[in-house]
Amino acid sequence: MLSRVAESLYWLGRYIERAENNSRILDVNLQLTLDMDHGDHDERRDWQPILATLEDQTLFNKHYPVITADGVCEFVTFAKENPHSIISAVARARENARTVREYISSEMWERINSLYLWLNSVAARQLFAASAIDFYRQVVDYSHQFHGTTDATLTHGEGWNFLQFGKFLERTDSVSRILDLKYHILLPSGEKVGGNVDALQWIAVLKSCSAFEAYRKLHTGNVTPASVAEFIILHDSFPRSIRFCVSGLVQALHALSGCDLAHFSNEAERLAGRLCMDLNYVTINDIFQTGMHQYLDRIQLRLIEISSAMYKDYCEWLEPDEAAATQEQRQ
Amino acid sequence: MGAFFSDYKTDGFYDEMFSAPGVPRPHYVKLMERFQAMGPEDFERKRSLAASTFLNQGITFTVYSDNQGTERIFPFDLIPRIIPRHEWEHVERGLIQRITALNLFLHDIYHDQRIIKEKVIPEEVVRTAAHFRPEFMGFNVPKDIYVHICGSDLIRDNDGNYLVLEDNGRCPSGVSYLLENRQVMKRVFPQLFGRYRVRPVESYSHELVNLLRYVAPGGNSDPTVVLLTPGIYNSAYFEHSFLARSMGVEIVVGQDLMVKDDFVYMKTTRGLKRVDVIYRRIDDDFLDPLVFRKDSMLGVPGLVNAYRKGNVNLANAIGTGVADDKVTYYFVPKMIKFYLGEEPILPNVPTYLSMFEEDRKYMLDHIHELVIKSANESGGYGMLIGPHATKEDHEKFRKAILENPRNYVGQPVVNLSRAPAYCDGAIEGRHIDLRPYILYGEKITIVPGGLTRVALKKGSLVVNSSQGGGSKETWVLDDED
Repeated sequence: MLSRVAESLYWLGRYIERAENNSRILDVNLQLTLDMDHGDHDERRDWQPILATLEDQTLFNKHYPVITADGVCEFVTFAKENPHSIISAVARARENARTVREYISSEMWERINSLYLWLNSVAARQLFAASAIDFYRQVVDYSHQFHGTTDATLTHGEGWNFLQFGKFLERTDSVSRILDLKYHILLPSGEKVGGNVDALQWIAVLKSCSAFEAYRKLHTGNVTPASVAEFIILHDSFPRSIRFCVSGLVQALHALSGCDLAHFSNEAERLAGRLCMDLNYVTINDIFQTGMHQYLDRIQLRLIEISSAMYKDYCEWLEPDEAAATQEQRQ
Repeated sequence: MGAFFSDYKTDGFYDEMFSAPGVPRPHYVKLMERFQAMGPEDFERKRSLAASTFLNQGITFTVYSDNQGTERIFPFDLIPRIIPRHEWEHVERGLIQRITALNLFLHDIYHDQRIIKEKVIPEEVVRTAAHFRPEFMGFNVPKDIYVHICGSDLIRDNDGNYLVLEDNGRCPSGVSYLLENRQVMKRVFPQLFGRYRVRPVESYSHELVNLLRYVAPGGNSDPTVVLLTPGIYNSAYFEHSFLARSMGVEIVVGQDLMVKDDFVYMKTTRGLKRVDVIYRRIDDDFLDPLVFRKDSMLGVPGLVNAYRKGNVNLANAIGTGVADDKVTYYFVPKMIKFYLGEEPILPNVPTYLSMFEEDRKYMLDHIHELVIKSANESGGYGMLIGPHATKEDHEKFRKAILENPRNYVGQPVVNLSRAPAYCDGAIEGRHIDLRPYILYGEKITIVPGGLTRVALKKGSLVVNSSQGGGSKETWVLDDED
């Protein structure tokens, strides 16, 4: 496969996932702010955490004088000047899909293209105005349709594995950010950790990962920070848990190289395998002792290392060093 | 809108569908019955179904009217153009004759230049052609084929005669619209389609890839073929991707290829892979920054040298542009006689060359009734339609002709034939042309019909998509009606 095609498929997987996760983050925050009627409507307090989580604060300040709910939603959803906004992510996904149009199935292209056309339509704006929550659900639906279509219509070969790798990498990153959002949200004064509002916030985090129902099947009692964090970071088979996603990206890498899971054949596999092992053997108490925010931050950094290693292994095409080859022959 | 075609006017033009107002030609009778049995809502539904299909599949082209480059769908008219079998057989014979002569001409001018020595074509015409590549004199292309893929534009005059308007021997585009139009038409009008015996077009991609494999250098029996595109921002990118996909070959941009020891390779996740044949959709000028335009970011450094060494083949060959120069066009009927000893089956439109003194005088005196074209522009640019132009424009072109007589040709305005098209709620006659696609490989194959382009603006004679043109399905019948 052309290195450029591999790269485009990887980014296609990432951008679609990014659009989905931004929608999830905004959806959950909208619900949270609705649930918590503080009476004072401090929009800055309610919406600043979104910008902190997405690390977009600086760019936002350039374009908006103050933090408001509308401003943040607009910025993360429709702002073309924000390269991480939903609309930008979808436009980039589509651009990548266009460059590999002959590689992906027509059905996959039609899913992305109709998401793009819809986001740029009046209908999308109208739905957003009428019910932003429904709007974000719609984006998530499109993303699910894309992944379903991909699984059902694209050969599960090299290209599919690059897509999976991109998807799982981005999802791991996003889930860690959603969880981290809870770290940035301040409890209203007078509220205690473990109190009602705290529990509501943890439930919102679960819901934004579509994890509430799955979580409830395991934990019927009180919603506690440790049990939620444990579920989202360490569950072995829930498809949006960090451990599951990392194991997914390890599998994609090994499917690409053909190397068995017990060994590694390149740097990306080594780094990803190590992260996967850490997640297999760490406990939630260890994580809380390190500090959850620090732990998640570290994961995000390790993901960057894995993605640049993958890029080096497959996409950064280097000309074989001819001079070195001639010298070897002389010896 | 009343019943379909009830007040349709032919306005004295040759009409594809009607021999006289209200009298359809025999091969259009079934179509007319089908449309008349259809209500306006039904028609509207089919129209929007077709339009949304094109948009959803991303079958678009890019218009560079602003810096952004906006994507548009190529307007599609639902009423097909029907060509009866005997007409098509005539056209087909004419096109085969023409591409044969054009290839013999290219081989000749890059070798012995017999046609110049025997004074059939003035030496100056070839030497000064913008796309003549003297550096390829004496170079042998595999199987002696220069123009592998040709799109010659045909029009019909007031008596319904097919004439050749121009040849496109570099990178003719549009074939994907023809193929997609057929898919859409089958979806939208399944019954009507079933009532005619329409010759299929679907084998085009298959024929194309066979041709590309056939011209691989050194008779390689399992060559690697790629399609080289300028990239996703090119207006024809959809087509490039469509063709690569339907041929099952890689689509590459310049940066995917590299030349090492005069062989061409593509960069893959598993290392370098040798490339044997490149179907390039990039003009000569951009192919190789080491040889042609230095500022080209689209090409591959070293590609031309690999080509010269015979390690890779290009379709079409380098330097074919000299054959579709509008001045060379004037000489094609003479070429046919010279190389084949035959009379041209498809005549040219009468043409004046301003490089000839007598013709120039005629062109300057009659500029208000002629179409003036510059030799190397396309897409409806660089052209004057005398009767529709202002006095200032006449003057501008007079001056241009006098400054550079080599660069202009003049032709009488041919009233292109018309066919009914749906425009702003009514069905009216609009001018059309036809671009067939000719493949020259082991044998010459022509996809039945071609792309019918229609000038949707009332009265307009310009069918190009950049100038408000659209397309129609073209049906070649396997029987007479």
